[in-house]
Amino acid sequence: MVGSALVIGIGNPDRGDDRAGRAVARLLRETPPPGVEIVEHDGEATSLMACFDGAGAVWLIDASSSSSPPGTVRRFDATAAPLPAGEVGVSSHGLGVSEAIELARALGTLPARCVVYAIEGASFEAGAPLSPEVAAAVAEVGRRVLAEIAETGRSLPAGD
Amino acid sequence: MQVKTIKVDYLARVEGEGALKVVIRDGEVRSAVFSIFEPPRFFEAFLRGRGYEEAPDITARICGICPVAYQMSAVHAMEDAFGVTVDGPLRALRRLLYCGEWIESHTLHAYMLHAPDFLGYDGVVDMARDHGDAVRLGLELKKAGNDIVNQIGGREIHPINVRVGGFYKVPRKRDLAPLAEKLKRTREQALDTVRWVAGFEFPDRERDYTFVSVSNPDEYPFNEGRIVSNRGLDIPVAEYDEHFEEMHVAHSTALQSRMKADGGAYLVGPLARYSLNFERLSPDVQQAAKEAGLGPVCRNPYRSIVVRAVEVLHACEEALRIIDDYQEPDSPFVPVEPRAGIGFGATEAPRGMLYHRYRLEEDGKIAEARIVPPTSQNQPSIEADLANFVGTFLDMPDEALQYRCEQTVRNYDPCISCATHFLKLEIDRG
Repeated sequence: MVGSALVIGIGNPDRGDDRAGRAVARLLRETPPPGVEIVEHDGEATSLMACFDGAGAVWLIDASSSSSPPGTVRRFDATAAPLPAGEVGVSSHGLGVSEAIELARALGTLPARCVVYAIEGASFEAGAPLSPEVAAAVAEVGRRVLAEIAETGRSLPAGD
Repeated sequence: MQVKTIKVDYLARVEGEGALKVVIRDGEVRSAVFSIFEPPRFFEAFLRGRGYEEAPDITARICGICPVAYQMSAVHAMEDAFGVTVDGPLRALRRLLYCGEWIESHTLHAYMLHAPDFLGYDGVVDMARDHGDAVRLGLELKKAGNDIVNQIGGREIHPINVRVGGFYKVPRKRDLAPLAEKLKRTREQALDTVRWVAGFEFPDRERDYTFVSVSNPDEYPFNEGRIVSNRGLDIPVAEYDEHFEEMHVAHSTALQSRMKADGGAYLVGPLARYSLNFERLSPDVQQAAKEAGLGPVCRNPYRSIVVRAVEVLHACEEALRIIDDYQEPDSPFVPVEPRAGIGFGATEAPRGMLYHRYRLEEDGKIAEARIVPPTSQNQPSIEADLANFVGTFLDMPDEALQYRCEQTVRNYDPCISCATHFLKLEIDRG
């Protein structure tokens, strides 16, 4: 594929299920697919955008907090359209994942493919462990992201 | 009686959670309340019983935007308790680290959060479509701050290289050369930023604030000095609690800080720092400030974006100066011998003075911790700004008035994520 593949696990490692995205990144790092860069990130928009540099495809994994049952996995293709408002990026900061994607889109630096996985958290308490439903979802998202990366590699012409 | 209610559930572009309610009756602001929902002081409780050496890393996790400030106030307080002085290159490296945080934090606020207010956009994403070059410049400038924090602090978010007594590891002189090369360009970008924000239109509003900041005769304040005000206060950090107090107020679970003497509000942050320490800026930075329309004192909170840009320029110059003068120290830290006692630290976070006090046991265990962040100190001033200014904007249509209220809060770059999450805004016209 043109440009490398990038996986970014987003979250606060000290806030319970908020680290679901990071847990996926760590899982993939155990047996990293060749040519794929795996990053953990706190979700701050501007430095998140900086990670996109040179990537041909990016998979972002973040925790969500909506009314869905804990462990629910939702997938959004942000390549062509913004994320639905309020669905992803429970960042307590003024600028989060959605803003990083849209700012990159506005500035023309969004990778050619951008997929977001959101894992619904149960608890965001400081110091809490991953809840069992979220741990199961982490494994599922890990498998799905790997499958998508393999699929993307097959469907696009080889490049740098 | 005029009957009109404006209610907004979410105020974007501030860090954290809180709520704002402005009540207007018959063309006058009856009350303006800015609430912060602060959970129990988790970190103060969490620190109790931990070793003194853990304080920098634990407190750095309080805020992802200003971890260096938390680390610096913590290490200075510990060193105060143990009678340790950190000077020479180690002291300079701490200032360099702080330069990085100011550049990051101020640039993030000025470009991404505050500039859209002046240019009439809902947010930076919309602004970027028309002002792409400006946003790109802001991103590059912010990254230069990240690079400093990365190189000295060891990690961009939550730096891990800081310890009581100094650092775990210090850079080689030659390692800093590429950073200095990059910073020369950064300084030019900072000057461009001062000129850019100086061209914005500012509401012509001022208040006679009680400015409070750390002050040091030899330098623009980061880490060390006395606590001074423009009303004659001039005290060592250890006397903070004799002059300032935190009070519970009915509308907020967070504590509000006021002056003990008269119960009055006071202001910390860029406006206070600048107005109390203008003479300590370099002649070049002073000149840039003058050309940007600032006098030696700035009482217009809407111009805080210009003051932040000036402070970024100062931080770039200071960083270059520190790197130029840097001599590798013999040891990355000064040895520390714990003892029982109380230690005080006040340093200048980007948003204003951050005060820490620790009571320590003989073996260095933390018996008691107290942390007063800048936003809780500024909370009464935010309310007073709203109460004073909103009444003068009442001829605006509802949407514009609401926007102006939000802008008035954003003047403070309130970092309420130290504790909290969304900000709700409600304007009640009766």
